[in-house]
Amino acid sequence: MPLIRPKTRSASDWHDYLVQRRQQTQVSALEDFFAGADLSPILPIEEAPMMALDLETTGLDPKRSEIVSIGMVPFSLSRIRVSERRYWVVRPRRSLDARSVTFHHITHADIEGAPRLDEVLEDVMRAMAGHLLVVHYRHIERAFLDAATRKAWRESVSFPVIDTMSLEARIHRQSWLARLRRWSGRPPASIRLHDSRTRYGLPHYHGHHALNDALATAELLQAQVASHYAPETPIGMLWS
Amino acid sequence: MEVELLEISQHLGRFAPFDALSEELLDEVASHVEVSYFKADTMILELDSMQTDLCYIRSGAVEVTRRNGELYNLLGEGDIFGHFSLMRNHKVRFPARAMEDSLIYFIPESIFHKLCEASDSFADFVEVERPRLESTVEGQRRDNDMMGTRVRKLVNRYPVMIEARASVQKAAQQLSEFQASAVLVLDEPGSSPRYSIKDSEGKAWQVIGILTDTDFRKRVVAEGLSPDTPVGEVVRHRLIAIQSDESVQEAMLCMLRNNIHHLPVMHRRAPVGIVHLSDIIRHETQSSLYLVSSIFDQPSAECLARLAPDVQAAFVRMAQDGADSQTVGKALSTIGRSFTRRLLELAEEELGPPPVPYCFMALGSMARNEQSIVTDQDNALVISDRFDPAKHDEYFLELAKRVSDGLATCGYSYCKGDIMATNQRWRQPLAVWKQYFRDWIEQPSPEGLLHSSIFFDLDPVCGENSLVEELQDQVAEMAPRNKRFLAAMARNALNRTPPLGFFRTFVMEKDGKRNNSINLKRRGTAPMVDLIRIHALACGSRAQNSFDRLDDIDRTQLLAPGVSDKLRYALEFLSMSRIRHQVIDLEQEQEPDNNIEPENVSRSERHHLKDAFQTLSNAQKFLKFRYPFSNR
Repeated sequence: MPLIRPKTRSASDWHDYLVQRRQQTQVSALEDFFAGADLSPILPIEEAPMMALDLETTGLDPKRSEIVSIGMVPFSLSRIRVSERRYWVVRPRRSLDARSVTFHHITHADIEGAPRLDEVLEDVMRAMAGHLLVVHYRHIERAFLDAATRKAWRESVSFPVIDTMSLEARIHRQSWLARLRRWSGRPPASIRLHDSRTRYGLPHYHGHHALNDALATAELLQAQVASHYAPETPIGMLWS
Repeated sequence: MEVELLEISQHLGRFAPFDALSEELLDEVASHVEVSYFKADTMILELDSMQTDLCYIRSGAVEVTRRNGELYNLLGEGDIFGHFSLMRNHKVRFPARAMEDSLIYFIPESIFHKLCEASDSFADFVEVERPRLESTVEGQRRDNDMMGTRVRKLVNRYPVMIEARASVQKAAQQLSEFQASAVLVLDEPGSSPRYSIKDSEGKAWQVIGILTDTDFRKRVVAEGLSPDTPVGEVVRHRLIAIQSDESVQEAMLCMLRNNIHHLPVMHRRAPVGIVHLSDIIRHETQSSLYLVSSIFDQPSAECLARLAPDVQAAFVRMAQDGADSQTVGKALSTIGRSFTRRLLELAEEELGPPPVPYCFMALGSMARNEQSIVTDQDNALVISDRFDPAKHDEYFLELAKRVSDGLATCGYSYCKGDIMATNQRWRQPLAVWKQYFRDWIEQPSPEGLLHSSIFFDLDPVCGENSLVEELQDQVAEMAPRNKRFLAAMARNALNRTPPLGFFRTFVMEKDGKRNNSINLKRRGTAPMVDLIRIHALACGSRAQNSFDRLDDIDRTQLLAPGVSDKLRYALEFLSMSRIRHQVIDLEQEQEPDNNIEPENVSRSERHHLKDAFQTLSNAQKFLKFRYPFSNR
């Protein structure tokens, strides 16, 4: 399962990258996106405008798989604004097999009338602009969006995200307690979305619907910060 | 693109008051919520802060307190809070704190008001205390008026059916096999069949007629037809049927009009069962009216005892027909009084007429006409002052014994406190009774009155009624003038207090303690009845029934306007809850009691019970303030 190895950037690297890309890009939607993504790393998390993002895809490899739906919910540490949610179903070039139909709760009928990703990509990028993106497992969302912009506009895209999965890994896999646990031969705590939520007393949601998962991710971040971080924590310490 | 957040709307739709909303409204609520996570022990609503949303608990537990920090409510998944402030000045009056890690949905004020306007049941629910209880109690009454008993309740199984081509012998075999007395005959569907049905393979049939036991005799055997004759040749092509939502009354009339004993019951065009005249008779004999008349037909105490199961059947029937607590209480009291009267009649037949006049006196719930299915006997004898113990007491003791023993075999257990006419102390001439009441009222002490409050619900059952009525007059005359007596009674009435409400599978006490069940009589109806009695005594009422007493209280300025209505609705709801749970016990073939277990209490019932407990608690506070007791 080949995955694009992410480049890990420091806060100043991110700033330099975003400024450079904003100046170079030929696409106005991307120019706005890069401008909005350039948030100060010392902004306290409690003041950060955030956007939970989830993509449902036909597979894990962005070169061969395609996006089928995109869900987004804007939020802050205090409120998740469900009324401002965004959701797109897009029509992949290859038809969906039966398994992924049931998996994503998306039917052939939904897809038939749906637009192509190229047609909505500009809306998607503009909707994200100005928010710190929050995902569970960044290697999907970032890589698939990069593949999409390359295909549509021949331009690559990257951006800082808060990855609730890697926060969970930091908390549950890298602490000395977690190391002790691993050393004693017990399996590490699961950091999958649902299992992570359970640890914070969050309810069970039906997974694999982009909007549900985006909502679930936003709730998880609120719970993680409430449990392990001060609300004044600079976002630069949380993003990657 | 608008997409419903099913995860939110489906959860809301499972809980009151959202469960009464249309899908459309639910989706609208779901698409406007804001979500927030609260770690255990963090504040959700701070006292006096501004509040613009209704709060809904998606998961976790929330503690709501009063301004002074006293626990007001403990809420769990699916509960709402904050509506109180939203309907007033938006300042938080009841601060809320997460007790566990909680996920809260905030529903904006604009949506909240929209729901109040769009749905009466939603609006009723969020109104606190009286209006919510009032509308529920009245809703129950409305349902009762509209419904009656529908004939579908008498249907206990699917009808036996056979093809018209089959032989009459085959039809007779089918009837024997299913132990039925009538069969519906099916044929290929005609052009526009009136009644039709699809079989398990999806094939359509029309119902052309009914063949009964009598038809086999008259139309087959008497006519000398062969057993191979097809059913279709014998059956009359004319079907009289009734719709399943018609009343039992209408079904009976239909049978009488057409002189038939079997009546097919249809749901729209499809048959759902066959009702026989005997089903209707059985149903009617479960009525309390029928029971009372049959009590007076019984020739002996042993025969009376055999009616005990019928009392339970009549009780269940009334509750299922949607009778209110006053109707049930009155009917059960009438039944109890009838048993008593019949036992007295039987005793007098054997012992001869009484040597001096007497009155058999009911005390407690029977005197109030508020008897329940779980009850013991509380009674006494008031005898004419010509009573001479040496000459007459033997007769009255025997009379009392027969009634008391008879009642016990009929299901009215002996009084644990020995308040029965068999106890010599409670088998006395009028003059002695008058002195008893004078002592209770003029030299009151809470301890002395602890077991005597039951005597202040008194009513004649049988005999020389005026004897008991004189005592009622005496009480009504003396009680209002004796403040110390009222204060002593009030003090006792405060011994039993209601709980705060329910939380998950527990009963919550005011001090935060949790219990597994609650005795609804001890913690609800009894203290309510006690406090109504005191106000009634204070205003010189002669009424014994709590609702009648409240009517008398209304004619005075004793309670602030609206308070007696609150008490009325609270008592009605508490009594109905108790009745409903006793029906549950009976249906599960358990001995009915006064306990209710939180897991059997529906969500909306929990809310209403909490309101009723709150009303009782407030009324007790007022009682304490109105009749302060000091040990002079």
